[in-house]
Amino acid sequence: MKNHVLRPIMVAIAAVALLLTARSIYVPDDFGVHGKNFTFGFYRESNVDEWKAMPAKYKGKQYCAECHDEQYDSITASKHKIIQCENCHGPALNHPDEPEALTIDRSRGLCLRCHADLPYPNTLRAELPGIDPVEHNAGSECSECHNPHKPSLEDM
Amino acid sequence: MTISRRNLLKKTLVGTAVAALPALPLGAIKFLSPAEAKAAVSESKTRYAFLVDTNKCVGCGFCVKACKKENDVPYDSPVTRTWVERYLITKDGKSHIDSPKGARDGFTSQLQENQHETVDPKEIDKAFFVPKLCNQCESPACVQVCPVGATYQTNDGVVLIDRTWCIGCGYCIMACPYGVRYFHPKYKVADKCTFCYHRLAKGLKTACVDACSFGARQVCDLKNPEDPATKIILTERVAVLKDEYGTKPHVFYLGLDRNVR
Repeated sequence: MKNHVLRPIMVAIAAVALLLTARSIYVPDDFGVHGKNFTFGFYRESNVDEWKAMPAKYKGKQYCAECHDEQYDSITASKHKIIQCENCHGPALNHPDEPEALTIDRSRGLCLRCHADLPYPNTLRAELPGIDPVEHNAGSECSECHNPHKPSLEDM
Repeated sequence: MTISRRNLLKKTLVGTAVAALPALPLGAIKFLSPAEAKAAVSESKTRYAFLVDTNKCVGCGFCVKACKKENDVPYDSPVTRTWVERYLITKDGKSHIDSPKGARDGFTSQLQENQHETVDPKEIDKAFFVPKLCNQCESPACVQVCPVGATYQTNDGVVLIDRTWCIGCGYCIMACPYGVRYFHPKYKVADKCTFCYHRLAKGLKTACVDACSFGARQVCDLKNPEDPATKIILTERVAVLKDEYGTKPHVFYLGLDRNVR
C-alpha cells in the first residue's frame, strides 16, 4: 500500500488510542450499568453512597424530648401535639453543639399558615380555628396572648 | 483452484473462530458465585413510594419549608423540590389554581386573581390542596434523556442526580411531565426531590412527612406489605398524576380530583 493511504490510517488509529486513553483516565472505575438496564441504570455507583451519607438536619420530636422534657410534656398535653417541635424552632442540626441555640420563629405568619380563616367547604382547613388576619389584632404577635404550647385561652 | 465441501466448511469455521477471538477479551468473562448470580438477577428488596392524602392537607406549607431547609434548596429563590397547589372550583365550572412561592409560607389569604380580584367564597363549589413532589417514576423520562449518565434510578426506585457528573444541559428539566426538576442556583446542576434519600437510608422519614402535622404525606416501601401506607396503596382506591404519559409514577394520591393536572 502506498504512503498516502497508510498515513491517514495511522493518524486515525492514534486519535482513537488517544481518546481511549483519555477516557480510561477520566471516567471513574465504577461508572457503568448498575441498575436494571442501560437506559435507567447507567451511572457512577459511588454517587448513591454520597447521597446516603448526607447529614439529616431535622432530628424529630424524640430528639428534643431527651433534654426538653418539660416543654415536650406541655405541648403533648395540648391540641398542638400534632405539630413537630422543629416546625417552629427550626431544624436541630447538631444542637446543642452547633448551633448552641435555635432561633424560634415567633412570627404571625407562622401561626397564620393554619389559622388564617379559609372557609373552604369539606376541608380540614375550615375546621381549624381561624381568624381574619386583617381584623384580629393586626400588627401584634400571636404569642403575646396565646401560648403556642398551650394555645387555648381558657386553659391559661 | 478447487475446494472440497469438507474443506470449505472447515476453513470457514476456523476463520470465524479466529476473527471472533479479539472480540472476547478475557476480562469480559466473569465467574459469579451462585449468591452473586442471584443478587444480579433478582430485584432489590425495597421500592420506595409515597402516599398523599389530599383530604387531610390544610395548606400550611410546613412540608415545603422543611424540605427547603433539609435539602439545602435556596430559601428565597423561586425553586422548590416540593410544593402545594390550591384548587378552587367555582360554580361556573372554572378552576382557579395558585401556589404562592410554592406554598413555602402556606396559604394565609384568599386566592388572588389578576392581582386584585379574589374568588368570592360563596361561589366556591369545592376547594382542596394538592401537595406535589417527584413521582420517582418506574420509567423516568428525565433519566432517558440525560446525555451523560448523570441522573439515574437506584435499585430501590429513587431517581437521583450525580452532582459531579451533571453538565447542566437542562434536558431532564424539559423532559419531566410533572415539572419537578429545576436548575439549582448554587450547585449549577439539575436538582429534584430525592425522597430525602439520606434520611430514608438512616431509617428516618422524609423531612416533609415529619413536618406534616395532619398525616397528609406518608412515605413507604412498596415491597413491605406491613407498612401502613403500603397497605393503603395496595388495598384502597388510589390515583396517580398524568398516568397517560406511561412513566409509571410512584406517588399515589387519595382523594384526587379530575381537575388536578
